Amino acid sequence: MSDVREFDTRPAGHPSAESPLAWSFHRQAPPREAGAGVTLREHAFLGHLVLRGGAIVLDEAVREVLGIALPARPNTLALDDGGERSVQWLAPDEWLVIVPAGEEFTLESRLRQALGQAHFSIVNVSGGQTLIELSGPQAREVLMKSTTYDVHPQAFPVGKGVTVVFAKASVVLRRPREDAWELVVRRSFADYCYRWLLDAAGEYGVSVAR
Amino acid sequence: MFHIYCPYCEEHREEEEFHPKGQAHIARPAEPEACSDEEWGDYLFFRDNPRGIHHELWVHAIGCRKFFNITRHTASYEILETYKMGEQPTITAESLAREEKAGHVQVAEGGQQTVGASDAALASVKGAQG
Amino acid sequence: MSQSPSQPNRLAQGGQVDRSRTLNFTFNGKRYSGHAGDTLASALLANGVDIVNRSFKYSRPRGIVAAGAEEPNAVVQLGASEAAQVPNVRATQQALYDGLTARSTNGWPNVQRDLMGMVGKVSGAFMPPGFYYKTFMAPASLWMTYEKYIRKGAGLGNSPTEADPDHYDHMNRHCDVLVVGAGPAGLAAALTAARSGSRVILCDEQEAMGGSLLDSREPIDGAPAVQWVERTLEALGAMDNVTLLPRTTANGYHDHNFVTLHERRTEHLGDTAPTRDGRRQVRSRLHRVRARQVVLATGTHERPLVYANNDVPGNLVAGAVSTYIRRYGVVPGNRLVLSTSNDHAYRAALDWHEAGREVVAIVDARANPDGELVERARALGIRVITDSAVIEAKGANRVSAARVAKIDAQLFTLAGRVEELACDTIASSGGYSPVIHLSSHTGTRPLWRDDILGFVPGTLKGMTSAGGAQGIYALPAVIADGIDAGSQAVQANGQSAEPFEAPLVAPIREGESVALYQIPHEKPTLRAPKQFVDLQNDVSAAGIEVATREGFESIEHVKRYTVMGFGTDQGKLGNINGMAIVARCLRRTIPEVGTTVFRPNYTPVTFGAIVGRHCRELFDPERYTALHQWHVEQGAEFEDVGQWKRPWYFPRTVNGKKESMHEAVARECLAVRERVGILDASTLGKIDIQGPDAREFLGRVYTNKWAKLAPGRVRYGLMCKDDGMLMDDGTTSCLGENHFLMTTTTGGAAGVLEWLELWHQTEWPELDVYFNSVTDHWATMTVTGPDARKLLAEITDIDLDREAFKFMDWREGTVAGVPARVFRISFTGELSFEINVQANYAMHVWKTLFEHGEKYQLTPYGTETMHVLRAEKGLIIVGQDTDGSVTPEDLGMQWAIGYDKPFAWIGKRALSRSDTRRTDRKQFVGLKPKDPKVVLEEGAQIVFDPKQAIPMVMSGHVTSSYYSPSLGQGFALAVVKGGHERMGDTVYLPMVDGTVHEAEIVSPVFIDPKGERQNV
Repeated sequence: MSDVREFDTRPAGHPSAESPLAWSFHRQAPPREAGAGVTLREHAFLGHLVLRGGAIVLDEAVREVLGIALPARPNTLALDDGGERSVQWLAPDEWLVIVPAGEEFTLESRLRQALGQAHFSIVNVSGGQTLIELSGPQAREVLMKSTTYDVHPQAFPVGKGVTVVFAKASVVLRRPREDAWELVVRRSFADYCYRWLLDAAGEYGVSVAR
Repeated sequence: MFHIYCPYCEEHREEEEFHPKGQAHIARPAEPEACSDEEWGDYLFFRDNPRGIHHELWVHAIGCRKFFNITRHTASYEILETYKMGEQPTITAESLAREEKAGHVQVAEGGQQTVGASDAALASVKGAQG
Repeated sequence: MSQSPSQPNRLAQGGQVDRSRTLNFTFNGKRYSGHAGDTLASALLANGVDIVNRSFKYSRPRGIVAAGAEEPNAVVQLGASEAAQVPNVRATQQALYDGLTARSTNGWPNVQRDLMGMVGKVSGAFMPPGFYYKTFMAPASLWMTYEKYIRKGAGLGNSPTEADPDHYDHMNRHCDVLVVGAGPAGLAAALTAARSGSRVILCDEQEAMGGSLLDSREPIDGAPAVQWVERTLEALGAMDNVTLLPRTTANGYHDHNFVTLHERRTEHLGDTAPTRDGRRQVRSRLHRVRARQVVLATGTHERPLVYANNDVPGNLVAGAVSTYIRRYGVVPGNRLVLSTSNDHAYRAALDWHEAGREVVAIVDARANPDGELVERARALGIRVITDSAVIEAKGANRVSAARVAKIDAQLFTLAGRVEELACDTIASSGGYSPVIHLSSHTGTRPLWRDDILGFVPGTLKGMTSAGGAQGIYALPAVIADGIDAGSQAVQANGQSAEPFEAPLVAPIREGESVALYQIPHEKPTLRAPKQFVDLQNDVSAAGIEVATREGFESIEHVKRYTVMGFGTDQGKLGNINGMAIVARCLRRTIPEVGTTVFRPNYTPVTFGAIVGRHCRELFDPERYTALHQWHVEQGAEFEDVGQWKRPWYFPRTVNGKKESMHEAVARECLAVRERVGILDASTLGKIDIQGPDAREFLGRVYTNKWAKLAPGRVRYGLMCKDDGMLMDDGTTSCLGENHFLMTTTTGGAAGVLEWLELWHQTEWPELDVYFNSVTDHWATMTVTGPDARKLLAEITDIDLDREAFKFMDWREGTVAGVPARVFRISFTGELSFEINVQANYAMHVWKTLFEHGEKYQLTPYGTETMHVLRAEKGLIIVGQDTDGSVTPEDLGMQWAIGYDKPFAWIGKRALSRSDTRRTDRKQFVGLKPKDPKVVLEEGAQIVFDPKQAIPMVMSGHVTSSYYSPSLGQGFALAVVKGGHERMGDTVYLPMVDGTVHEAEIVSPVFIDPKGERQNV
């Protein structure tokens, strides 16, 4: 839709950037344990867009611009072949798009072009959230300690994604691959979620990959 | 803790993901200026408090952020159905009463202070209290 | 059989304890030893310890009565160190470990010689229910004195005073079938459900799974029952879809099949959790289970008989005797008298006899008992006395004899002479009560069954009960019922069940039981020696009888008056007996009397498990801005605003001395008014609004007008509820014709977004507009003060000229090379620029501002200074100056109300209600204390006439109050009745200490009333 002010919030030069977990890593050296049951890794500075609108309208544009079919079923996640770009159902009229760093503004512009005068909204939230990957043999136990959502493979197969309560915060929890979970965490809650994960994983041993 | 079926997410979720927002189907008067003070006060402040079937507005706050309605029994806490905004309930106190009359179902009872006691004994206790 | 000298009651063989592993422990300061596999209770009995506690009210000596969760007496305090203290542990449920240290919960100075016993004696032989109220409440002033000693004497356990070194947590689980109890019914149900492919959780509160099979006499498939238990557990353990949780009590059954399980993971290993691979293990875990189906296989509690002095140590329930002998190899005495109403309890006498000790007699209330077990007892030469019961136990610290007589249960009298049998142990059984605690947590009505003389669970969607819990007691039937319950649960989930073939168990022919609760005595109940119903709460049959005489008829009232079934006991042993006594006194039947409901928790749960890891630094989320590290490094003091940590003030150290808050705030305020300051305002809520109807929507949710706000402009808005009361405020900027950025208060962010969605989704879905939170995406820095323009100009490409970039404009460009939106709005009254950049680049921009700001003495300020500066300008803070009962008109903000907007915006109609039109509403004003040194107290009440009588008429209160460094005096904001018409009036603020402050009502704008400073 026209009459929306597009704004690329990523600087042209290279001023230093700080991820939402910068303070957490600075305050205490991230643990690295041999034989850890759980491994955490932050994927910082990715492009995050929230798409809202009708599924039929958005689907066409997203296919055209991103080459991914808009997941229409609730709580599902679609990825491109390389697994770098993803579109996730958040609500009947809301999707989360995550793309490699720096792609988000061009993507937003191209989507706006493709969508023309339809009623929709695209909001860039790249600075407001970060992605934490959780892997290791005890990753599922740590999730069971943290969210009431059923993370059993029967209930949470690869390709699923949900917005859930996580400890006393909320996160988007998703399973892009067999061997990893992803938490999309709001910036201001990132340190809390990170400290919670370290504490909950303590009995299994935990490493932070950087 | 309730287990609530979100009609938009199409699955059951834990109560902690939801916020209750009071009685459902309270429509804002189309012309507020045409309401008397009393009518406006009714709209603002007065709500039903039934022992039995109640239709409630909830929001899946940590989830899809959609508002929807719940038909709930206020004594047994059973959730009989959930339905989307703009839809009407298929189960109401009236529909259950009709079915009960026709002998199909028994309206759930519960919440009695003294459980297991016969009705006669209860009546005598209540009489003593009265 | 021979016995170990150090454990006089330990058999040489038998039971499931490991005699090769000796464990040492301490009880009440004395050292003992037991074996691996013991509970603390079985080890105490093995050592011949009779007295384990003093009773709660009468301080009578008490011994171990039962072998499981229903134990009322052996409640101990655990822990060798202060930090490891755990109160309220049942010795019957605590596994023995080496070094275990326990002491009695009650009994001061010690259980053997007890001072509190004197209270019982001094106050007479009879302490009626309500005794404490009646005796100690007058005079009320002395109650505190009495209470201190009574509490010390009675004791309720001690909480540790040092920090708990252990970890606790929660685990959320989901399953198709949750089976509670791993006895014969539970094992059969779990195996059936598991074989059908269901996700199954099987939990059991005991150290080992198997329930009654662990001490069963009956072979299964021709071998000891424990072998079938082992085989079944092995099969279950091998299945991926099964979770076995031993040492796990289902303690609460909540709505919609939500069950909480308390798993004691390391409580059997030591005082504190051991480490594994150097990592500390979780001591206790609360499993929060959402089950599609729940199978309650919780078994039964045996009911003891209620006879005189039935609390003397050496009185046990019959089944416990069997458990101690068969499972732990411990015989808790030498000479047994068994008093029973049923065949099942004969097992205790048979086990006792086989252990090589003397069974003095079996006293059976029935006229002609003739079941298989009765015949076996007779064949062994055991004396069986029929038509009779034990009417009284003799002995002080241990049973010395049983008084036995023929009874007429119907007439409640003795029917023959009394015979005294010398013995040291009396086992009794009045039958079995299904454990219905969990089902009644849900509010379902238990159902009385005359055939089993007990209540069984009512019906509830998603719940079945099996075996003993369902009133089925014969082993073959129990197993069959378990298979059936497992199948039913699977089928209720829409799957097909795969039951297994029940193992072979030879049925035992049992005779009919009789109803038997309180036993008659030669003396009437009120004069007979005490006949205890609830041992934990010291409730006797006489107490219940008195309650009914005093007019209490409802069982709920009797419970509260006598405290029967209260607290941690939850009526496990005594409830049915108590109801039977009420029924006898009121000449009713038990089902007419009814039962009280049970509440969670079934047995006590340690606070650690309830809290989980939601404690210490993880108690509540702490939200940080992108600049948090800088604030910490500058030594900021922080204030909690919602869950955010915001810098409160930045104390400097001057000449080695750290500034006080007052000094720091004064310095920060003057820096802003005279030069330039900077605030981290990132916590403000920010909502991106897009859509062709965005403008119309804003007009409906804000009180003021939005139709003409052009791109590039910003407007302040007030948001009301439909009752006309202010709920939030903030600025909204027009980014594009169909694109707006709304800001909200820090605390209101989530609520305002939900509010917008509520109206959009429920009332105005036809409006094309979307709302999304961008609070975390943007970091916001407020540069404010006379030098703000000069500073910002050094690092931005935006034209800051006062004509090009006016007050209430916004512009975009770069700041320190980072794309930024800059808003020229002011919350301080000074020239201000709010810089918004993507949060990942905030630190770079902030630090660049400080590099350039040094020459302007750029001063960081916190929320306290922000509050003072805005208050000097009369700018409100929603939630501080308002409280949900304040309209925009009360605030004097008619300029922000669009009375003539075409749509009846939210709150408009309410502003013309008679109540909101009252002229004596509390209205927002400024207060200038007559004494400039005075800073009024926030919340202080305002009166018009200080000489009036107390209680005075309160006419308003102070909402904000500070010292103003710019004014050089204290000032305040307040709401005062009719305040807008009272400018210049003097009001009074009486304080608690008797002083009365005087203040003048003035305009709330104390500085720069024309607003020139922000427009420069």
